[in-house]
Order: sequence, then structure tokens, then C-alpha cells
Amino acid sequence: MALLECENIKKSFEGTEVLKDISVNIDEGEILSVIGPSGSGKSTFLRCATGLEKIDGGRIIYDGITYADTKDGVVTYASKGDRRRIKALFGLVFQNFNLFPHMSVLENIMDAPLRVQKRDKKEVETEAEALLGKMGLTDRKNAYPCELSGGQSQRVAIARALALNPQILFFDEPTSALDPELTGEVLKVIRSLSDLHIAMVIVTHEMAFARDISDEVIFMENGVIVQKGSPEEVFNSDSERMRSFLGRYGNI
Amino acid sequence: MDFIQIIKLLSGGMAVSIYIFVVTLLFSLPLGLLISFGRMSKNPVISGIIKAYISVMRGTPLMLQLMVVYFGPYYVFGIQVTNSYRIVAALIGFVINYAAYFAEIYRGGIQSIDRGQYEAAEVLGYTRVQTFFVIILPQVVKRILPAVTNEVITLVKDTSLAFTISVAEMFTTAKALASSQTSMMPFVAAALFYYVFNYVVAFTMEFFEKKLGYYR
Repeated sequence: MALLECENIKKSFEGTEVLKDISVNIDEGEILSVIGPSGSGKSTFLRCATGLEKIDGGRIIYDGITYADTKDGVVTYASKGDRRRIKALFGLVFQNFNLFPHMSVLENIMDAPLRVQKRDKKEVETEAEALLGKMGLTDRKNAYPCELSGGQSQRVAIARALALNPQILFFDEPTSALDPELTGEVLKVIRSLSDLHIAMVIVTHEMAFARDISDEVIFMENGVIVQKGSPEEVFNSDSERMRSFLGRYGNI
Repeated sequence: MDFIQIIKLLSGGMAVSIYIFVVTLLFSLPLGLLISFGRMSKNPVISGIIKAYISVMRGTPLMLQLMVVYFGPYYVFGIQVTNSYRIVAALIGFVINYAAYFAEIYRGGIQSIDRGQYEAAEVLGYTRVQTFFVIILPQVVKRILPAVTNEVITLVKDTSLAFTISVAEMFTTAKALASSQTSMMPFVAAALFYYVFNYVVAFTMEFFEKKLGYYR
């Protein structure tokens, strides 16, 4: 059974169809990259999967629990209890970090495990420190987000998402707000997560990164999945459209 | 009559002024938050009523509002009010007036918070109440502090309006004293009192602003 099943997802904004018919499955520990031109619906798909946007049609199932379903054209969402159980399964890393500015780095990471999951403080703190170590930010634990570089902020945001022990981590263009030098440090951290055996769905414009890290790659355009397959299949595709899209990124 | 004596005579009034000030803040700050929720409500009936209320509170003189609260029960409902109702009426008048202003300040602050903060909190599993009190409100407080300071300083001076319904606050006493002594000194003392009071208020608010200055 897949960890996340999305079937025939549809989403419109004021009459404009942004997602036309998206079906994606993600297995435990699988790394999926979503690539495609701007406005293709990549981010919207992520926002629908994480419940930040309500879908207009289709079905979303997390670990066997139905999150959203459509019957006779009417979309219904899971009960409050089920939604809470599903929320515990996934984390999301935003393009612009969305750290809480009034909390220190450590508080940003620890607050949700303490307040939402009601876990033991000692244990959470030990885990948070370990995560910061993994992110190379041990010396910044008492800093505030305004004192961090973009790359550091994004690494804190990743640590914050990981602190809740998700089974799937979504990344919404995690390096798009960063300059090339800072992009590298964030990609390195994401790469290092692959041994945690957490499923990852990464919307990205970093083609080389997507090719190296992914088990599967999806190419989206105009709200539909145009290509889907292993990185080799997608990046070596003969399709005219793929070639012209990838051509813009130079040699990868 | 020397200055020290004037101050002594005014001290009872000063206590009343400070009392009005403290009670008004104590009630209008939380009430303002509640009203701002109503103002932002998606229910058009609720937001409409609140909008009208804020419009009246901001569009008419506070002096008149105090008179309405004080004389209203008698002229509208025929209820005989007692002398002790004076201070209650003053407090009600101040609280509902200031709550309206604070509500708009809160609204501005709440609406200035980036949507990403709500989204991050939602994905992390915070409930709506937790999101508001743990994530949003602390940031709102920091942002609205300068505007709140303005209102609080205005309130110090506005307490003198309680004289319209003969509450024996400081300014009422000063006026009575000035006419009985045919001296300007009570007014000088009054000015000094308001200035020192506001100096302390401004100092305190600056302290809070500095305390919240640890982040941007």
C-alpha cells in the first residue's frame, strides 16, 4: 500500500483549471521530484496534498486513511480526528521558510513537538539538538530567524519539520528564495536526509539535484503530468517538450 | 495657598484619574481584541454591527458618549440613577470608546501578519486557538505597540473629560479649586500631573518595545 495516494486531483482558481487530473502515488521512503515550468501547478499540487488548498475533485489517501474524497462531484474531507492523524504523517518545507520570528531557532524546532504532540521536554530537546547538529547549526540554536542567512533559515525550517517525525516531507521549491551559494548547503542537507528513510516530495527547479536524488520524477505542465518515470527516463526523454524544457537549464 | 497644598488637595482627584486610566485599559484592551474579531468576522451581520459601532464611537465626541451613558438610563428608560453611578458611567463610556479604537489597531496588526505564518502553524498541527495565541498574537503585539502607546497617552489626557458628568477626577477638582482660589496655580499643577503621568506611560511603553526588540 502506498503511503500517499492522490487520484484524479482537480483544482481551479476562479474558473482557471490549475490541476486537471493529477494522480500520484508515493511509497514509504520514496523520493519524488516534481519539475516543470512556472505556473504548471507543481506548488498547487503540493498545497492540495498538504491541505493548504481544498481540492475540487479527486481523492487523497494517507496511509490508508481517506483525507479527501469526491462523490457525485462533491468533495468531502476527513473528520477532525482523522485530519489530525494525517497531519502527523507529513511535514512541509516552504519556499520562504515561514519560521516564527519571535521564537529562537531551538524554540522554532521544539514548540510543535511540545505543544502539538505533547512530548517530554527533555527528550524533545535532545532530539532538537541532534537535528541542529545534522543541519550544521549547533552554534545557532539561540539565534533568532532575523539573524540567520537564507540557507540557515531553510535548514532550521527543515529541522522544524523533521522534529515531528513525519513519514513524508514535502518541499515547495526549498531553494528558490536562495542565491546559488546558499542553495548548495540546503540541497546538501536534503540529500543527507535520504538515509532517514522518509518519503520526500520535492518541487524544484534544481534539475541536477532532482536527477541525482530522486527515485521518480514527474514533469508537470498546464496542470497535467506530461512525463513520469525514473530520473533516467525523464531526463533522457526524446520528447520534444522535455528536451526544450531541460535545454533551458543547460547541461545537467 | 502654596503649591504643595494644591497638590495635596488634588491628590484625591489624581487617584480617581489613575483609577479611570487603569480600569479603562484593563477592560478595553481585551474587549478591543474581541471586537476586532467581530469586525473581521465572515458573518456580514456581525461585521456590519461592529462596523457601525466603531463608526459611532470614532465619529462622535467622547464627551457626548459619556453623557449618553450617564443620562441615558434616566431619559430613555426612566431609571433613577444614583450618585455612585457617575464613576461607573465614566468607566463604561471610556471602555467602550477605547475598545473601538483598540479594535481597529488590533485588526491592522492581525491583517499585517503574513499568511505563511498561519500555513506553517497549520502544517505543524497547531489548533486555530494555539495558532492565534502562540504564533500570531505575540507578533501582533510587537507591531501595534507604537499605535497603542499613542492611544494610551491620549487616554491619560482624556480622563479629564469625566468632568462632564461631574466625576471628581483630577481636572474637576483643579477647576473647582481654581475658581474658589481665583488662581491659575491649580491648572499648572494639573498640567504637571498629566505631563508626569504621560512621561511614565511613555517610559513604560518604551521599555516594552525594547523588550520585544529582540527580533524583527
